[in-house]
Amino acid sequence: MAEMTLLGAITDAMATEMRSDDRVVVFGEDVGKKGGVFGTTAGIQDEFGGDRCFDTPLSECGIIGTGIGMALYGLRPIAEIQFLDFIYPAFDQIVSEAAKMRYRSGGEYTCPMVIRSPYGGGIRGGHYHSQSSEAYFCHTPGLKVVIPSTPADAKGLLVSSIRDEDPVMFLEPKRSYRTSKGEVPEGEHVVPLSKGRIVREGTDCTVIAYGSMVGVCEKAADEAEKLGKSIEIVDPRTLVPLDESIILESVKKTGRCVVVYEAPKTCGYGSEIAAIVAERAMEYMEGPIVRVAGFDTPFPYTLENLYMPDVRRVLKGIHNTFTW
Amino acid sequence: MTSEVLTIIETDGKVAKGKDPNLSDDQLKELYETMVKARIMDERGLALQRQGRIGFYLQALGQEASHVGSAAALLDSDWLFPAYRQPGIPILRGAPIDQIVCEWFGHEGDPSKGRQMPVHYSLRCINFVSISSPIGTQISHAAGAAMAAKIRKDDTVFMTYFGDGGTSSNDFHAGLNFAAVTKAPCVFICENNQWAISVPSHRQTGSETMAQKAVAYGMPGVRVDGNDILAVYRVCMEAVDRARKGEGPTMVETVTYRMASHSSSDDASRYRDQEEYELWKQRDPIQRFQQYLKRRKLWTKEWQTEIEETYKNELNAAIKRAEAAPKPSIESMFEGVYMNRTQQLTAQQEELLSLEGPAAEELGEFPL
Repeated sequence: MAEMTLLGAITDAMATEMRSDDRVVVFGEDVGKKGGVFGTTAGIQDEFGGDRCFDTPLSECGIIGTGIGMALYGLRPIAEIQFLDFIYPAFDQIVSEAAKMRYRSGGEYTCPMVIRSPYGGGIRGGHYHSQSSEAYFCHTPGLKVVIPSTPADAKGLLVSSIRDEDPVMFLEPKRSYRTSKGEVPEGEHVVPLSKGRIVREGTDCTVIAYGSMVGVCEKAADEAEKLGKSIEIVDPRTLVPLDESIILESVKKTGRCVVVYEAPKTCGYGSEIAAIVAERAMEYMEGPIVRVAGFDTPFPYTLENLYMPDVRRVLKGIHNTFTW
Repeated sequence: MTSEVLTIIETDGKVAKGKDPNLSDDQLKELYETMVKARIMDERGLALQRQGRIGFYLQALGQEASHVGSAAALLDSDWLFPAYRQPGIPILRGAPIDQIVCEWFGHEGDPSKGRQMPVHYSLRCINFVSISSPIGTQISHAAGAAMAAKIRKDDTVFMTYFGDGGTSSNDFHAGLNFAAVTKAPCVFICENNQWAISVPSHRQTGSETMAQKAVAYGMPGVRVDGNDILAVYRVCMEAVDRARKGEGPTMVETVTYRMASHSSSDDASRYRDQEEYELWKQRDPIQRFQQYLKRRKLWTKEWQTEIEETYKNELNAAIKRAEAAPKPSIESMFEGVYMNRTQQLTAQQEELLSLEGPAAEELGEFPL
């Protein structure tokens, strides 16, 4: 075990896989000599050379389009999109091509690639360096969507994503890159892409969160404890495919459910979780299923702290499940 | 940079001096046979759609020289990233006819398992990558696969097809740019058939030619008479050689004409002059090649009849088999979304299956 930041764990996962599998390559804007704008590929080009870690022209649709070609030809591409906010030129390639390749070719051609991208707010990045658009990708059959919240999960989930036979959107909570620290197993460490994690056990209310919202919810749970309520926190870790049972078991136990996500509230992924709970566990619920989310505005710059769910809003959400 | 178009076979079948690629008699006959078969397949495919037996069809009428001549410059181990108007390539490469015809019906035997519209083939057996409908997306795939081959240090060459409309797509820009920057072994074939559904090529670009765009990306751009199979072959052979030698990508503009409507759902007479069609009919690539073969005493009427009869019979038998083949199973709709089925997909399949058969009757009345 070694203490790492979430960012360091991502670098470690790529380096570990690149050492054991020479099909793995990583590319994108500024990932080579610079090592990425956040530093996630620092040292990778030095260790593996310019054939396996390289800068591309500034074109997201080209990064993903050529990445698909590489995957079709037998490489294991890791394509970095510098910010999730910049991914839209590649949207067609992701949803029309990568996601559908296996299905539309009857399994003759597949697209085992990882699309890594930092997402989310909290770094004073304004509209274009802060958004959480995971729901767009969760809505596309054929894609897997993974969001880690701890360094150990970041490594284990990224390793699984690289080894996966299908395209994976690996979204990295950039706010947690350096603030989230923890023990990470050295060498082989795998977290499967189908299992959620109980962040803390509790009995009175389930809070479901992923990415940097997990940390916010932990603080909110501490506050709730002081008020005498025991909170269980569930981190699904993979949004697609979702570990429904860990969520359903928890809400059936607590009878209350709050879903927290920083994307705009309407049609956010938390709405899907809320619908699953309503459809499958209605008879266990002792209060309304509550969503605490970003607002339906473009992501603001100056007022970002008010936009993003914080401890106060999560606590209020928990409170609402008791006082409806 | 030039707007000149290379032609080798004149309309009377004579050959421009010193330009004949000197293919063997057998090679010439194989190319001709492939073009004739592609046209028969096209006629049959559209007829099936008109009879209501298949849902859709896309013809390549008039473009046979362009795609058959270019693909003939490759080795079988080279990869193709096609658009949807290259039916001669699977024929040239010997793809099983049942795989093609079953795809039209979407019945069992279709490698794509009935999941795509007709003519969106996936034929792994001939390194012919799955076709999609969005325009141009395959261009950057070809560039990326070529980049991968270069990284892996093998000598595979990649060829991708798109039309004049495709040059306006994001992926045209991205694909050519990435390939040129990395000197990837890729040949880009722009089949300029003058029309993107109802929009003429001069509404796609302000450039004088499509080929000149290549120069800006840093690769040669060559224009060739797309209805002249020997000219197409010669130019593509040079491009493939360059790619295989590590000298980087080339873009070839084959100047041709879409004789048919865009698809079975389109009627070109609503937006196109008949005179234009008549003009291009005079330049029919099969007729032109036939004149050449006649001069070389390689063509006879009996041989023509034999090709046509044999292929029609083969095709009819395949159609019979494909039409009689079963539809894909209900379960197959839920398979292949991912390598391993998710629990959500299994639940959704059960939901659908529960509506079929006796289980549905057990649903009974709604409790009031």
